[in-house]
Amino acid sequence: MTTSILPARPALRRPNRRVAAWGSPVVYLCSIVLIAICMGPVIYIILGGFRTNSQITTSPSGFPSPWVATNYLEVLASGSFWQTMGNSAVVGIATAVGVVALGLMASFVLARYEFVGNGAMYALFAAGLMFPVTVAITPLYLLVRNLGLTNTLAGVILPQIAFALPVTIIILVPFLRAIPVELEEAAAIDGASRLGFFFRMVVPLSLPGVITTGILAFVGSWNGYMLPLFILNDPNLYTLPLGVQNFSSQYSVDTARVMAFTALSTVPALVFFSIFERRIVGGLTGAIKG
Amino acid sequence: MSTAAASVAPVRQGSAEPEVDAQASAPAPRGPRRGRTDWRKRAEILLLAGPAVGVFVFFVIVPVLMAAFYGFFRWNGFGAPTDFVGLQNYVTILGDSTFRDAVAHNLFIVVASLALQGPLAVLFALLLNQRIRGRSIIRVLIFVPYVISEVVVGTGWSLMLQDRGAVNDLLSSVGLDALRNSWIADPQIALWTLMVIITWKYIGFAVILMLAGLQSIPDELYEAASIDGASFWQMQRSITLPLLGPTIRIWAFLSIIGSLQLFDLVNIIWGQYVSATAGTSTMATYMYLNGHMAGSYGYGNAVAVVLFIISLAIALGYQRFVLRRDTEGALTGMAGSSTKEPRP
Repeated sequence: MTTSILPARPALRRPNRRVAAWGSPVVYLCSIVLIAICMGPVIYIILGGFRTNSQITTSPSGFPSPWVATNYLEVLASGSFWQTMGNSAVVGIATAVGVVALGLMASFVLARYEFVGNGAMYALFAAGLMFPVTVAITPLYLLVRNLGLTNTLAGVILPQIAFALPVTIIILVPFLRAIPVELEEAAAIDGASRLGFFFRMVVPLSLPGVITTGILAFVGSWNGYMLPLFILNDPNLYTLPLGVQNFSSQYSVDTARVMAFTALSTVPALVFFSIFERRIVGGLTGAIKG
Repeated sequence: MSTAAASVAPVRQGSAEPEVDAQASAPAPRGPRRGRTDWRKRAEILLLAGPAVGVFVFFVIVPVLMAAFYGFFRWNGFGAPTDFVGLQNYVTILGDSTFRDAVAHNLFIVVASLALQGPLAVLFALLLNQRIRGRSIIRVLIFVPYVISEVVVGTGWSLMLQDRGAVNDLLSSVGLDALRNSWIADPQIALWTLMVIITWKYIGFAVILMLAGLQSIPDELYEAASIDGASFWQMQRSITLPLLGPTIRIWAFLSIIGSLQLFDLVNIIWGQYVSATAGTSTMATYMYLNGHMAGSYGYGNAVAVVLFIISLAIALGYQRFVLRRDTEGALTGMAGSSTKEPRP
């Protein structure tokens, strides 16, 4: 998929892929160790949710015996889990849609218009890449408070859009540059204005890049911790990370339930990621290597 | 739409070479409608780029400027700041030994992240770059820790690392009782515990970047080298590492910035009060505790300015001395036009 969008990438690998051979046992052994290290803690949390607290106390590193589903069922039946999940979904979707819309329009300008200040504008966004929300969070909190947006989801969404713009633009600009000029000429001959070209041709053609950046923004928002921590004080508005933290301090003695809650909160991000893994990795590749 | 065709024409020749610098290709056939098309073009640029620039400046640039202003005041965050104290906040910050400790922890994390993750990531990427069955599922699985949130990672690890948690239990069950530790509370080892968790969380990202870098190295180079009788390790040293250089340097840059801004994992695992005594506090947790939690917003903003300046200085220094050879245009280099793709 990246091959079709980024012309620089050599396409010679495709045929080999299908007939990939079994590797040497050493490679698989190393891979299995690596996977075990990466997945171990995740599996521990998931399995922990299927145990009882007394099982966890007597044998902290054991397997569930017997398996109990009550922790998961109780979490799934609780209103607070679905409420935080809903808040996260609203914030994540709004952030992704906002950042893609703004980012795509700005990237189109950066990729296809020539004007004094084009380079400066690009440098402005690229510089934003160096400064995650941490640096600005204290004054940002004051700014959001002055706007009257503390304890509103909009107070999280708007700054998140702003901080996700640099990555989005850096990924999208090469995508838009790769759209052949002939297409634009043909559209012009058919009487389309530049804006018409943008909405009718650029938006559909840049869909792979749009999906990549949208998913990145969504997952970033889904996992975001610091901004909601500063902006949201009302448990009814908590997003999942705050919900997990709140839950784990509230039920600190009920370890099994905390693990069940924690495990369930990762499901949407993992599902999204596994569906779009190729695109995310492809997008990162495009951003770094161009 | 009579103006449409006319307005497109002069602009289009520009977009024929979008990579070319704006000033370089300025002269264009100017028709009588020049003023009008210029106006139209400006309106389009404003319409399309305006919202993004506006949101970005308002929520990213303005706060940084606000911090610079508020940092000169003693201020609880309510009403207009009136108690101007000049550089007093900065004197206090730089004189505070807990802040200096936090900076030292940050620098340790920067160096240890590079030293631990870099070599491991290159090795893993070489391993996973073999064309073998099941490669894509392996890649997905090692990327999982990067995708799950810091809160989940922090909650999970702090449960496992409790004194009576899974890690100590596992050590006992394999007869390594001597290695049982209070991984989180003991200031002697807490920072290393944090490093292990950071490495576990972020190595997948480094591996994916390195894999992407490896994919752009042409196979022909390896074929030619193997015809010339080069061994596997000779090829890695003479072909892979040099051509992977740009990717490694970009990754190192992202890693340094991330290490300087570290907040989530520390705050989740240690909490804002314990991190200082456990020896894992960072500049960001110091800022959260002494600014936001204490309600001293003048002071908190001054810490933000210090954090910003330290990060900016390191970032610019890195751009200047390390990334320079990869890219011509310092900041914009990260976008990676095809110019920095290694040409065989």
